[in-house]
Amino acid sequence: MFETINFLFPNDLHIHWSLMIVMYPYITGLVAGAFIVSSLYHVFGKIEFRPIGRFSLLTSLAFLLTATLPLLNHLGHPERAMNIMITPHFSSAMAGFGILYTFYLIVLTLEVWLVFRKDIVDYARASTGLRRTMYKILALGVYDTSPEALEKDHKVVKVLAAIGIPAACMLHGYVGFLFGGIKANPWWSTPLMPVIFLFSAVVSGIAALVIFYQIAMRWRGEAISADCIRGLARWLWLFLIMTVTLELLEIITLAYEQAEEWEVIAPLLTHQLSFSFISLQMIIGALIPMILLMITVLMDSFMKDKLRNMLTFIASSLLLIQVFAMRWNVVIGGQIFSKSFRGFRDYTPHFLEKEGVLAAILLGLLPCVLLIVLSRVLPPFRSQKEPIG
Amino acid sequence: MKIMDNVSRREFLKDGCKLASACMILNVLPIKIPNAFASDEASATQAGLEAKDGYNWGNHYYAYLIDTRKCIGCGMCVQACSRENNVPDGFFRTWVERYEISERGEVFVDSPHGGINGFEATNPGFNATKAFFVPKMCNHCEHTPCIQVCPVGASYATKEGMVLVDSERCVGCGYCVQACPYGSRFINPITHTADKCTWCYHRITKGLKPACVQACPTGARKFGDLKDEHDEVRKILASERIGILQAEKLTKPKCYYIGLDKEVR
Repeated sequence: MFETINFLFPNDLHIHWSLMIVMYPYITGLVAGAFIVSSLYHVFGKIEFRPIGRFSLLTSLAFLLTATLPLLNHLGHPERAMNIMITPHFSSAMAGFGILYTFYLIVLTLEVWLVFRKDIVDYARASTGLRRTMYKILALGVYDTSPEALEKDHKVVKVLAAIGIPAACMLHGYVGFLFGGIKANPWWSTPLMPVIFLFSAVVSGIAALVIFYQIAMRWRGEAISADCIRGLARWLWLFLIMTVTLELLEIITLAYEQAEEWEVIAPLLTHQLSFSFISLQMIIGALIPMILLMITVLMDSFMKDKLRNMLTFIASSLLLIQVFAMRWNVVIGGQIFSKSFRGFRDYTPHFLEKEGVLAAILLGLLPCVLLIVLSRVLPPFRSQKEPIG
Repeated sequence: MKIMDNVSRREFLKDGCKLASACMILNVLPIKIPNAFASDEASATQAGLEAKDGYNWGNHYYAYLIDTRKCIGCGMCVQACSRENNVPDGFFRTWVERYEISERGEVFVDSPHGGINGFEATNPGFNATKAFFVPKMCNHCEHTPCIQVCPVGASYATKEGMVLVDSERCVGCGYCVQACPYGSRFINPITHTADKCTWCYHRITKGLKPACVQACPTGARKFGDLKDEHDEVRKILASERIGILQAEKLTKPKCYYIGLDKEVR
């Protein structure tokens, strides 16, 4: 039916939200997810996450610092970006971005500083030259590392982490709301959208940490904590189940209601998005990791550490693809069909264009590089305590 | 040097702070006031015309009426709009759609280049029993989602009920483009800001008709002022059966249609 009509509103021939807008929720999702893991340790006292308690904070910070870049690259007038903060128009969900982002950045930076404060002071005392200056600046003139002061730090960290959880949820739930609140688009407009975004954010955050942690330990030639991986696998499985349930729930509801929009969404999912939705998001990205994680969790007592590490690593890699595919299917999928509900357009990002594939790859790599730099300045793994000279 | 000696550091800092805050206030105010209402069209007309030509935006409330039964799909309106407003190629402030529908409910719709060059005969692959043209443009909705979602307030409504974009404030995020259910907006590839039909605000504030209305050879497009007692559009709206696009979205469009079909979205 649609093949014969294929009528698009003339202005709908263009995809206005490009690959950059796929990258943006992907990156903020990683921010929120990594932060939730750090909170599992800092707030909820999950001791098994101690080895990555500080690393997950740095991961969150590295991704947060780059979260605005895809947006800036996408804006028609990036030089006016600050208007969103200077003259926000509060009836718009997007106007909340500046506030949420800044608030979360402050909370996260404070928490990182307090968590690493003792180390910063130690490094400032032990190093010389430029390094010493850098750590002295980072210490902000506070050199009190008495047990009472550290105890106080610890308490504040707990409070900040507790504030950070809703802040991270807001920052990412807001992204889902941006889409969920558009009544013009039936593929976006659902109150489930922020929830789906949040759960998949946690999935991507945990998955990224599984991968980064294992790589970091390999790099450092240290043993990977079996408890930590076991715990991550368990949480990952749980959040994956919830995410997939929600994602399917949304589609089942649309299909069951058989409302007008299903006429355009059904072919969208089975034709235009058949690869990215059915193959990537649902089978390779969800079904397979779900089986792998089920094996990891349920057969844990029969499993050697190496096998567990490998299974979680593979599952996590697939899940990072799943979450990316989900972002793609939401952002691009929502623009593939015309608002005439009578036709589809195509979108293939070019490699070298301003908002193209290369830009996306660079934006994906940048936070990883930043994480390495941050880990050099503030070594997050506890065994690495040798003074830096 | 002698004067400086008498100023203590405390006083110096105090005065410095006062000066800085005064500068800030002076700086912020003039930026805010013109920009709050500024648009390429609005600022010029409001300041200038109110005094000169006696144009007062409080005295008008505009509406647009399209009689689809009269439209012949010539595309003159699209051409006129494109020239009047320098609309970039491939983008449309207004366009015309052609519908061909069979007895069995088969539908064929097209709008080649927005109908700018008119329509050539086609074979929809079925026996069309009715066919008609539907001109479209921004509906200047009363409850418009595009203004609601603009994060910086660059999209705004004027007192005459028109929806305009301040291209000097727009950041080009494209959120309004996504929020418009009618596909009326686009990001202008030259200005990189949101663009759409203004009902030729620069013309109507001078007492002229929008370019598309002026160009329409059959009178399918009519522009009216609901605050004018003798206005033709006002009278038709009051006496005829009128349709709007996507009424279920509750955006309250101000483009009214005569002779709409259920297949038109």
